[in-house]
Amino acid sequence: MAFPHKHLIDISEYSADEIMLLLKTAERFKEVNERRIKQVPTLKGATIVNMFNEPSTRTRSSFEIAEKRLSANSLNFGGSSTSTVKGESLSDTVETLCAYKVDMIIVRDKHAGVPRKIADLSGVHVIDAGDGKHQHPTQALLDLYSIWEHKGKFEGLNVGVVGDISHSRVCGSLIPALKIMGANVCVIAPPTLLPADVATLGADSATSDLNSVLPDLDVVYMLRVQRERLEGAPFPSLREYNMLFGLTKERDHLMKPDAIVCHPGPINRGVELDSFMADHPKRSVILDQVYAGILVRMAALYQLLGGTNDGIDA
Amino acid sequence: MALMLKNARVIDPQVELDEVIDLLVRDGRIVEVGKNLSMEKGEEVDLSGKILVPGLVDMHVHLREPGFEQKEDIASGTRAAAHGGFTAVCAMPNTNPVIDNAVGVEYVKARATQVGKCRVIVSGACTKNLEGEVLSEMGDMIAHGAKAFTDDGHGVQDSGMMRRVLDYASQFDRVVMVHCQDNSLVGEGQVNEGVASTRLGMFGWPAEGEELEIARDIALCRLTGCPLHIQHITTARGVEMVRAAKAEGLPVTCEVTPHHMFLTEDDIDDTYPTSLKVNPPLRTKADAKALIEGVADGTIDAIVTDHAPHTDWEKDREFELSPFGMIGLETSLGLVLTNLVNSGVIDYARMIELMAIAPRAILREDPVRIEAGSIADFTVIDPDKKWNVSRDNFYSKAGNSGFLGFDLVGCATDVYVGGYATLRDGKIVE
Repeated sequence: MAFPHKHLIDISEYSADEIMLLLKTAERFKEVNERRIKQVPTLKGATIVNMFNEPSTRTRSSFEIAEKRLSANSLNFGGSSTSTVKGESLSDTVETLCAYKVDMIIVRDKHAGVPRKIADLSGVHVIDAGDGKHQHPTQALLDLYSIWEHKGKFEGLNVGVVGDISHSRVCGSLIPALKIMGANVCVIAPPTLLPADVATLGADSATSDLNSVLPDLDVVYMLRVQRERLEGAPFPSLREYNMLFGLTKERDHLMKPDAIVCHPGPINRGVELDSFMADHPKRSVILDQVYAGILVRMAALYQLLGGTNDGIDA
Repeated sequence: MALMLKNARVIDPQVELDEVIDLLVRDGRIVEVGKNLSMEKGEEVDLSGKILVPGLVDMHVHLREPGFEQKEDIASGTRAAAHGGFTAVCAMPNTNPVIDNAVGVEYVKARATQVGKCRVIVSGACTKNLEGEVLSEMGDMIAHGAKAFTDDGHGVQDSGMMRRVLDYASQFDRVVMVHCQDNSLVGEGQVNEGVASTRLGMFGWPAEGEELEIARDIALCRLTGCPLHIQHITTARGVEMVRAAKAEGLPVTCEVTPHHMFLTEDDIDDTYPTSLKVNPPLRTKADAKALIEGVADGTIDAIVTDHAPHTDWEKDREFELSPFGMIGLETSLGLVLTNLVNSGVIDYARMIELMAIAPRAILREDPVRIEAGSIADFTVIDPDKKWNVSRDNFYSKAGNSGFLGFDLVGCATDVYVGGYATLRDGKIVE
């Protein structure tokens, strides 16, 4: 059966089965990544544009590696080279890319809604690699993959997401995705970093008291304190943030013995995570998440571009 | 030359008129109102099946001239107004340069006389260059014809300065019109704070950012006695505050736009339609309902469009980069007829109060009544005409309407200004 989606923009358009298919496809791609020559010809001939209109190192690198391992032709378009700095409109830029006859546009933009606009304008496959404070679906997929890998299920898991919920595009995709998969989601943040309408985000509950919910959590998802988005000073100091919302060594005893710690990276040691937690051999799955990023992006590229077999043995 | 308008249903609550009757007009004024009128020489127009009302006035319009003629100019904006059934509009002063002195007032008046298709009532800025820091020369602007004052688009942020504006303006018989927006709360807000801002992942523009300034300005109205007009009110609590101020006897009036009544934040879907990016933002269903109740019960005095034209290339952008505002002159009457009058929420008399009588009174314009001696400004309405909102039919330069594709019933077919037709059978008379 062909994959029923053309784009990966709004994860809430995906069913639990479709998300599971992506995760299982990702799992199969592990084998490719463990070969000596880590490349298969699956997407040979496909042209993919990485349109990163906002600085990004990790996400773009992860996509590029995924593309190269599937033998796609990829073009990096963005950063200081973007036409937008020359005054070209987004529409004109997209139409120019379409004239190159590309097959897929992967877009990161600081403005919400841009991936959908590009999808409507271009007619080619689009993956949202993060739009403003809105959504970041491949991040959600890699988070799900890591949780699934370590917990073996989603149904009934208690997931706590801690930190800057209101400015987080990670939350915009992760929370709906966790709900689709049957997990319970609690968001934990100072009121100044909660969105205006938590229910719209899909979380089951919200609190500002980390200690009270920590004992129930199977997964503690720590968001990065985005220092660049904190001009409004939503909390008095990084020190106090760490005291109230940081995952410190002192909080270890409050956690379930098998609770895991996730983080989308890059981490701010001593702010949201103490080194004890960031490097915790049993709890921290942060580097697994990075690897999962390659796997789920390979899976998404493969499924969206219409792979008809598993592609691995081709 | 004489003009005879025959067989229209003529409605004017000011003179308790609602019957099929004839009007004789000469030299820009009504000469006679009565049955089976005749005249020796002149033009006769049969308006059977039509409704004739005192000329409609939109007291909140951005004509964009001088300075932003790519968006709209006085020629195109007044044609859009006439096409929408209006005989007069009040032009906002946030042009480039800002209309904050007598020269600017004279410029807009002169252009309107040269190229306009409706009367243009000029409003001046309260503070120089809309900066909220220094009083503008209101007295001189009044001497040159300004009818009202506003820092529309900004709002005077400093409460002490706002008090000074109202104190100073209170010596003239003129209204100060206020755009209520507390910038420290609104910040970079793009859409209503709450469900929409969370769902769309953008900064919220909270209702409180508007309500706080409404409350402040009502308090300052009480303090200074200056007539106050709240522009484009959007929230249920804002309407409640105006209701209380009126009950107290304060000289407070307010206006509402069709888009805040007939669209809500729920209409901003994940295609991020920039034509629905307006300031103040589209609010909740409950707010829209409260606005319609305020229109019906008399709390809200006027329906205005806040006609805010922008070029395609400005609006065809990322939502957060696109400018605020939508056009409205050519859809306002149809929307009001379809959603309020035809559905029985208000009657024609109330619609005329909202769109003709109150705007003139608030702006200290001479009233237009359907009686001998009155100025001959009329709007003729076909109440049964079914039409579809299409950009192709706009006279405005802009297409940033949030109502494209809507099916409406009722529109203006003919408009007379000072006895001269500006619109005939739905087409501008050049």
